[in-house]
Amino acid sequence: MSNEYLVEVKNLKQYFPVRNSKGKLVPLKAVDDVSFAIKPGETLGLVGESGCGKTTVGRSLLRLYKPTAGEIWFDGQLVTDKNMHEHRKEMQMVFQDPYSSLDPRMTVEDIIGEPLDIHKLCKNKAERRERVLELMKTVGLNAEQATRYPHEFSGGQRQRIGIARALAVNPRFIVCDEPVSALDVSIQAQVVNMFEDLQQQLGMAYLFIAHDLLVVHHMSDRIAVMYLGKIMEVADSDSVINHPIHPYTESLLSAVPIPDPKIARTRQRIVLEGDVPSPMNMPQGCPFRTRCRYATEQCAAECPTLTDRGNGHFVACWNR
Amino acid sequence: MNDEKTLRRSPLSLQVDLSKFSSADFEPASEEEKSQQEVMSESVTFFRDGMRRLRKNPLAMASVVVLVLILLTIIIAPMIVPYGYDEIITVNGRRDKTAANMAPFTWSQMEQQYIDDGGSLFPHIFGTDSTGRDYFIRVIYGARVSLSVGLFASILVLIIGMLYGSIAGYFGGKVDLVMMRIVDIIYSLPDMLMVILLSVVLKEVLGTALQGTVLDKLGSNMVAMFVVFGLLYWVGMARLIRGQILTIKENEYVLAAKCLGAPSSRIIRQHVLPNCLSVIIITTALQIPSAIFTESYLSFLGLGVSAPMPSLGSLANEARQGLQSYPYKLMFPALAICLIVLALNLLGDGLRDAFDPKLKR
Repeated sequence: MSNEYLVEVKNLKQYFPVRNSKGKLVPLKAVDDVSFAIKPGETLGLVGESGCGKTTVGRSLLRLYKPTAGEIWFDGQLVTDKNMHEHRKEMQMVFQDPYSSLDPRMTVEDIIGEPLDIHKLCKNKAERRERVLELMKTVGLNAEQATRYPHEFSGGQRQRIGIARALAVNPRFIVCDEPVSALDVSIQAQVVNMFEDLQQQLGMAYLFIAHDLLVVHHMSDRIAVMYLGKIMEVADSDSVINHPIHPYTESLLSAVPIPDPKIARTRQRIVLEGDVPSPMNMPQGCPFRTRCRYATEQCAAECPTLTDRGNGHFVACWNR
Repeated sequence: MNDEKTLRRSPLSLQVDLSKFSSADFEPASEEEKSQQEVMSESVTFFRDGMRRLRKNPLAMASVVVLVLILLTIIIAPMIVPYGYDEIITVNGRRDKTAANMAPFTWSQMEQQYIDDGGSLFPHIFGTDSTGRDYFIRVIYGARVSLSVGLFASILVLIIGMLYGSIAGYFGGKVDLVMMRIVDIIYSLPDMLMVILLSVVLKEVLGTALQGTVLDKLGSNMVAMFVVFGLLYWVGMARLIRGQILTIKENEYVLAAKCLGAPSSRIIRQHVLPNCLSVIIITTALQIPSAIFTESYLSFLGLGVSAPMPSLGSLANEARQGLQSYPYKLMFPALAICLIVLALNLLGDGLRDAFDPKLKR
């Protein structure tokens, strides 16, 4: 079982202590009991609205936060409590904001070369330079841009630098934390296609975090939908997009903009009522029940778990 | 059909009508044409970029010129002027009683006699003081003392403030809380009172301990002043650097470095410190004039350097007694203070404008 998957997350919980209005410390449940697995070379898309814990999942997975509870397995090894230094070579991250994720005082060569220095992957300067130029070529940057500083690049180019930095250690798994949401649409397409090309060339697995369902559909083999720190639905990307089961997924999909005004006018939107509950004060039972049109008493009493609805389509809902 | 109607082109529209063109009118750009689009400007480092902007600032460049002139004067003048700062003027080995309180570029009776007899003497550019010492060389030495106090006090403040601030900022949480409350307490003490009390106490304590050392010449007051600066004035610097580090460590590139497996020492060295360097440079540059000013008013109050070593403040204080008859004696040290402090302040402002990315135009 554990050999089939490259990354396996079991019951991951990530709570942050936060003071509430009365000054008492309460846990903010950013990620609450999340489990999923990713095969080698596979892309799992992770979608959900802002603040639902997508980024936290990615960061906990790479142990940038210390998980409150749960297990993270990488390549058959439990890495939850281990010294991560060796695993940092195999698990990397591409960040959301290409403007703040590159140190403004370092040249591109130094930024991409930093992982090589940290893990001592190059014996001398010439070798390091060669490797950096090779990486720059991989992500479509010119060799003469190596001596430049991040502020001299556009958003898309900066994101390419960030990707080259992640690729420098030859990782087998990359967490892409909304890598295209800060870019405009035409550049998004370039970067998304590059992610796909790189996956074909190098065979990495991705955890692709985004809130753009169409991009995720394009990129992913499977999609997980998150709401308030919990996974609501996991399935093949086509079945999530074409046959959603969970009411939250339905409403998310109905909000996807359609680039055709004729169809857009005729379709029916499912508008959710109310706001997202505060993660410091989560509703009892199913977190979505306060905004769900199918909510029953059972939803308030007990939180549904992910159950298989056939063909690996997992849904956490009592009523659908 | 209805849809066709709503999409009809407005006769006033300025949009290019694409239906008039065929696909043959649009041909893809060749590689050569594409490469022409890539305009390459010269790659500049952050430091060079800042210096370029500094050079464009006329006030800052004027300050640099003034400061360089002052520095050259206080280095070279003592080599040329044959008088010492504590030397009472003598002519042919005899003390010249009439040489006290002379106006600029005048000679005493004995000196006039000596010149008439064919001797040559160096002129008293600023005249002489009440004990018959050359005033020019005293102002020069005063400026030396003031500038070096300013410089060393700033370095002292920088070192203490940077260490304290970066520890508080990087570790955050409870460490930060306790360390910053200590800073608040020190901040709330009245500076002036503390300075006077510390100077008096330290004078007693240090007076004997310094006997025979190099510092003895500067006087215990001077050392007391450094201690005062070290104890009191670092708090501003510490706060500033803590604030900087708090913002810098939240940047995603720090997270990225952690993700790459970089140890804390590397993160601080490679990412955090270089990014708050500009603030450190600017604050230190602005700290120097404030230290000079503090030194001057302490000396003016008689708490500064011990006689006969002059400082600009103590010279001004001495000049106060003969203000009615010899106003120029106050003018010279006061002008020197103004010039130095103004130039350093303007330079500091220029540095801030040039290096602070938030003020970038």
